[in-house]
Amino acid sequence: MTPADIENIYDTLAVTLDTIPEDKRSVFLGKLALLLAREISEPDKVLGLIADAALDLDV
Amino acid sequence: MRPAGRAETDSLYFTYPHFDPPSGAARANLSRPVKVAIVGAGPVGMTAALALAKEGVASVLLDAKPTFNDGSRAICVSRSSYNILERLGAIAPFLEKALGWTTGRTFYRGRQILEFHMPDSPSEKYRPMYNLQQQYIEQYLWDAVAANPLIETRWQSKVTSVADAQGGVVLDVTDPEGSYSFQADWVLAADGARSVIRAKRGLRLRGENYEGRYVIADVRMDHDYPTIRRALFDPDCRRGATILIHKQPDNIWRIDYQLRDDEDAEQAISEPTVRASVASVLQEIGHTGDWELEWWSIYSANTLALDDYRDGRIFFIGDSAHIVPIFGVRGLNNGLADAENIGWKLGWVLNGKAEETLLDSYSPERRGATLDVFANASKSAKFMTPPTAGWQLMRDAALSLALRHPFAGALANPRQMTPYTYSDSPIVSPDDTNFDAGPVAGAALPDTRVGDGYLSDQLGKGFTLICFNDELAASLGNSGMTVRALESTSDAAQLLGATPESAYLIRPDSHIAARWKTAKALAVLAAYRNAAQLCKGT
Repeated sequence: MTPADIENIYDTLAVTLDTIPEDKRSVFLGKLALLLAREISEPDKVLGLIADAALDLDV
Repeated sequence: MRPAGRAETDSLYFTYPHFDPPSGAARANLSRPVKVAIVGAGPVGMTAALALAKEGVASVLLDAKPTFNDGSRAICVSRSSYNILERLGAIAPFLEKALGWTTGRTFYRGRQILEFHMPDSPSEKYRPMYNLQQQYIEQYLWDAVAANPLIETRWQSKVTSVADAQGGVVLDVTDPEGSYSFQADWVLAADGARSVIRAKRGLRLRGENYEGRYVIADVRMDHDYPTIRRALFDPDCRRGATILIHKQPDNIWRIDYQLRDDEDAEQAISEPTVRASVASVLQEIGHTGDWELEWWSIYSANTLALDDYRDGRIFFIGDSAHIVPIFGVRGLNNGLADAENIGWKLGWVLNGKAEETLLDSYSPERRGATLDVFANASKSAKFMTPPTAGWQLMRDAALSLALRHPFAGALANPRQMTPYTYSDSPIVSPDDTNFDAGPVAGAALPDTRVGDGYLSDQLGKGFTLICFNDELAASLGNSGMTVRALESTSDAAQLLGATPESAYLIRPDSHIAARWKTAKALAVLAAYRNAAQLCKGT
């Protein structure tokens, strides 16, 4: 995956989140996380990514 | 609870019997010492009495009520419980009446997201689950108890205190004709979730209470749907809630619906509110015909247990020892397993076959089973009734995803009852790691076809050795075990991962005490001595 691919995904997430009512955004992200986890198909890697994502939220 | 104008046991379809307290000449013997007193004549207490009677041990069964428990209560009886009922000679009426089932369907906002099938095949004697109202369960057990001369039942007999005495426990009993005391060598406390014995001993259940509250209501109606467990998540009729629907015999349907956090419990169980709530559920599932309200109750999901199921000469069995959420249908089923477990062990001790150390295995085995239930039930409870915002969000995400992605629907699987493996028991031998297939030591023996019958039909009354060569069988002929030599090419051999040299030692409750890939007679005898804690010198 190139930096351009990541940028495109970043953009698409932002645009999609803006189309979703505020009270549904968390559920959307939860669904996305489950779908991505299934695609990655490596439980330990997914658990590590969950821990990564939880870092620095209050910086 | 029942509709206005009907008494607690005034059912649309079941005639509750009335039992008198002991009277006349029978009263002369009430104070005599007995070997075993069982407090509580519900399903668990009656099963324990039958398990003792199977070993030839007499018991006195006491219950404070004049009849069975009111209402349908626990309605799901598992395959493992059917095996217990068969071993106790009480299975026939259950097979006649109950509705067997294998399938569950889960819906999210009216759309099906999961259909699950519990393991079943023609090699299984019984279906994975049967629906039957608890009063029928009690009736059929009572028919067996009443016909058994070894069991003396005292109805309307309330145990008011228990006190340790030399070699036993003294119980004070009050019934409508008076009060008396008697001593029992052993007491089985089967007196339910609000156990008087437990309170008198100063013991407390410990664990967690979950947030969700549910109303269960039975209705009678002509409703065309097979015996399939339906779970409705977030339905139109009750947004945010979970609903379960079960078919029972006699055109009775169980509607089990979650209350919202802001619903007042007292208001929720008033008859008009229950009627309105049930009507909305029936509309949701497309029932347009008439229906009659039979009975209802309220419960919350708890995982609570005693730290030790034994207190001196008192054993706690069933709900007196543990309270579990009902989603996994493990309350009654685990209670029956408790009853059989202590039943055969106490029977063997009182028969002089086993040392009292055999009884030390009851609490670790059955409390282990409870903790396993807690682990499964907690997962189910968190899905049914998410306890926090995080659980709620992921539950909603999984349900929404499941509409198009079946893998997410599997998260809604209710993890129904399976028998527990006694892996940490002092009377189960370490598993033989040479096996690469078959059930491990401590597990319940699975079933398969053997000849015209089933593997379970091969089991004797006590311990059974299942082996696959005649030489080993012959050398253990006088051991006191039932010894069965099966064909080494049979389905049973395949199921058990066995070679002609292999053997399985099976306990009276059909759990595997030990297994050997290559069995030697001396090792089998040693495992038998340990598993039964056989008396020295026998």
